[in-house]
Amino acid sequence: MKGLKKWRLFGLLAALTIFLSGCGEEYLSTLTPGGTVAKEQYKLLLLTSVIMLLVIIVVVIIYVLVIVKFRRKKVGENTIPKQVEGSHILEIIWTAIPIVLLLIIAVPTVSLTYELADTKAMEAKDENGNATAVTVNVTAKLYWWEFEYPEQGIITAQELVVPTGEKVYFNLKAADVKHSFWIPAIGGKLDTNVDNINTFYLTFDKESDSLKDGVFYGKCAELCGPSHALMDFKVKTLSKDNFDTWVKNMQATKGKKADKNSTDLGEQVFANSCISCHAVSGEGTAAIYPNLATFGDRNRVAGFIEHSEEGIKDWIKNSQKLKPGNLMPVEKDLNKGKEFTDEELDALAAYLMGLSVEK
Amino acid sequence: MSSTAKKKGFGATIWDYLTTVDHKKIAVLYLIAGTLFFVIGGIEAMLIRIQLAEPNNDFVSAGLFNEIITMHGTTMIFLAAMPLLFAFMNAAVPLQIGARDVAFPFLNSLGFWLFLFGGLFLNLSWFLGGAPDAGWTSYASLSLASPTHGIDFYALGLQISGAGTLIAGINFLVTIINMRAPGMTYMRMPLFTWTTFVASALILFAFPPLTVGLFFMIFDRMFDANFFDHLNGGNTIIWEHLFWIFGHPEVYILVLPAFGLFSEIFATFSRKRLFGYSSMVFATILIGFLGFMVWAHHMFTVGLGPTANAIFAVATMAIAVPTGMKVFNWLLTIWGGNIKVTTPMLYGLGFIPSFVAGGVTGVMQASAPLDYQLHDSYFIVAHFHYVIVGGIVLALFAAAHYYWPLMFNQMLNETLGKITFVFFFVGFHCTFFIQHFLGLMGMPRRVFTYQGDQGWDLFNYISTIGAFLMAIGVILLVVNVIITAIKGEPAGRDPWKDGRTLEWAIPQPVPYYNFKQTPLVRGLDTFWIEKMEGNKEGMTYAEPISDIHMPNNSFIPFMISFGLFVAAFGALYHQDADKAWSLPVLIAGLAITFLSMIVRSLKDDLGYHIHKEELMNEKGGKK
Repeated sequence: MKGLKKWRLFGLLAALTIFLSGCGEEYLSTLTPGGTVAKEQYKLLLLTSVIMLLVIIVVVIIYVLVIVKFRRKKVGENTIPKQVEGSHILEIIWTAIPIVLLLIIAVPTVSLTYELADTKAMEAKDENGNATAVTVNVTAKLYWWEFEYPEQGIITAQELVVPTGEKVYFNLKAADVKHSFWIPAIGGKLDTNVDNINTFYLTFDKESDSLKDGVFYGKCAELCGPSHALMDFKVKTLSKDNFDTWVKNMQATKGKKADKNSTDLGEQVFANSCISCHAVSGEGTAAIYPNLATFGDRNRVAGFIEHSEEGIKDWIKNSQKLKPGNLMPVEKDLNKGKEFTDEELDALAAYLMGLSVEK
Repeated sequence: MSSTAKKKGFGATIWDYLTTVDHKKIAVLYLIAGTLFFVIGGIEAMLIRIQLAEPNNDFVSAGLFNEIITMHGTTMIFLAAMPLLFAFMNAAVPLQIGARDVAFPFLNSLGFWLFLFGGLFLNLSWFLGGAPDAGWTSYASLSLASPTHGIDFYALGLQISGAGTLIAGINFLVTIINMRAPGMTYMRMPLFTWTTFVASALILFAFPPLTVGLFFMIFDRMFDANFFDHLNGGNTIIWEHLFWIFGHPEVYILVLPAFGLFSEIFATFSRKRLFGYSSMVFATILIGFLGFMVWAHHMFTVGLGPTANAIFAVATMAIAVPTGMKVFNWLLTIWGGNIKVTTPMLYGLGFIPSFVAGGVTGVMQASAPLDYQLHDSYFIVAHFHYVIVGGIVLALFAAAHYYWPLMFNQMLNETLGKITFVFFFVGFHCTFFIQHFLGLMGMPRRVFTYQGDQGWDLFNYISTIGAFLMAIGVILLVVNVIITAIKGEPAGRDPWKDGRTLEWAIPQPVPYYNFKQTPLVRGLDTFWIEKMEGNKEGMTYAEPISDIHMPNNSFIPFMISFGLFVAAFGALYHQDADKAWSLPVLIAGLAITFLSMIVRSLKDDLGYHIHKEELMNEKGGKK
């Protein structure tokens, strides 16, 4: 009998898993976990769902029986039912059983709560005094994300690059108003407060190049102003070796600058109009505006626009319309009161597409 | 003033309602005002769903969308659900306990007008430079950064209407403690009275934190204080705590009376005493108590640390136990009964599965690590709409049908009522069930649009279709009200035939002084007991007919509230350098309020008496 029950539970779980995994996209859905944290949370989702389904089934059975059996048509117009006061035994049963069910949920809940908050290892150092774990400082700004790797001395924006197969630690903070850092397929969210730094870790199990866009999707999950909905970021997960190469390439961009006297028109325009806010060297620490060292490697322009020269030109021309409330100046303010010529824009877009550490 | 019936002109009727202190008329005022705001909030909801029907829609702009969602939430919670519940509390509770009126009729009127003027003030923001846009939670960093006056409208408007709510809550507490008829012990009170009592106690303790938070917000924005400004030593998390210390009990302030209404409905239409009455009362109190212990579950992702999260997770789960007790007691009330599926009962039967669905997703979110995924996604949107619409709104619609004959001596059309239910109920599940999955599939809440091909397009479209079905349901309800009013058929006393509690024992239309003689209560479900013993009158009396002392109508509550309404404009525009008129307006408004209060204090208003002889000749009936 007991075995039978277990089988039923297992069957229900299996059915639920199949049903749920049919939902959503692999790069975005919490139902297709791509990391240990999300997997643990997904297991908790299945456990609670099954228990809650059991509760619902019990309620529905009683409910249907009641409606079928005791309608006035069946019972008779003038029947006065027995006025029952209650039942102590029943009260005890439906107090005790839910308590047991809740305990079954509470135990993994509490243990996982502590487990996910354990970030002690981010302080760990090897014999050379280098940190053993990768730590990323995330700063959320209206409406973009900055990712700084303090150990490696590099910085990027909008597209987080992380190694697979190890815990990656995050320091989260907001620069202006509160945001929330969420990569649904990888793990639950944590707020970026303005008052303090929050820390947690995530694990990335799968290399993202197999995904549809080659990246996982990240979202801002806390209302932060008009363009909250457009405050997306992307996550590229690389094998440890590829990640190390990426870090080296980033470090190698040290000192890279756009030259006003360059023969490349795009570089000239960038040097005249963009360089005061946007760096093209990925080496360094936190800045005020997005670093563009890896711009050509990215998946989207401004987090959500198609990554093409057309997309870039559209963004430069219409940034306020596309992402209301962002801090990018309008075109005329960038170019000494004039609009860019088509030639200049084409060259600038081509230059930006060429900013790469991967190609 | 005389009790003899006389036909009044339109103007006189308006004046009567502006000055009334009668709980039955104040109930009507709450009903009208609450419905008005419900419709406004509903239109806002429709705009939201139209905007989200397809990806990259530009039906409304990003900034306007944030104003709409903010006003939708704020309006529905503070200006629709609360007053509509107050409408039914005012209509039924004094009668259920055999009282002449509430304990403080003047305050009852003041509470209503404060709420109305606060609500009007908040909604005027639409026409005066923009509505609040930081969400109904108005988290501090965003609300301090908001450039328009919207947040000031929010803070001042809610401050005024919140005062009204607090007054109403205190009034019900005192009424239920002091005004019960002889024999009505606490354990003989109908469940709706009990839940009103506990909800009022929650109001008493939950609204002060909101008041404090709103004052901090007002000071920060208007006088450059730094309670929440982290650059000057303030802390935004304090706002989150204050808001949710109020905000979570607020959920129970709303849902407990809904539980009470359904408890009445289940017992009545099953012709059966409420199963496990004492454990229902116990569960109500326990939910009320635990409701104060769980606010931080709204803040699991704020980074309070694992210990706080674990404690609040377990405490939150604990609430499922008394709530589950209630569900099973309702089911067992119907079990073995003689069920008549009237419209209110139909809503009740729809409520049980809907609310259970909302409750179980609540338990899922109580599990903190799982909530990291669900928080601020469409899953939470689905969850709280299941609780609020599936619990509270269904209760309000049920109560509208159930208490319509008590309030207006007319029956709403039953057939149309059932059609309304089908549209609303199907639409409700169609709108919100699918949103659980949108959340699990990674869709954050409060997004004004979304990119296509993320797997969300179809579900969002289905959700919007559901919203239209709900809207049809609401329109049908309004049509029903109009048809019923035009027909004007009197319903008479105990129109459902199975009434159990005292409010159904009173003759219809309800005399303005309520019970001619105070009834004697001989047990739970007094009216039922009397009926079963063959008492034609339906009541045993505790006293002989004697003079009744009544309060006079008063225009002062209106003036006190109006003064604050005017003063709020002065306060709001005082921060603008170019509006020199703001200070005089502020002072004038406060002067109106304080002068009205002085008049109230200095002028003796002893009310009047209805004499015994007049009562002897009267058979009942309103003026």
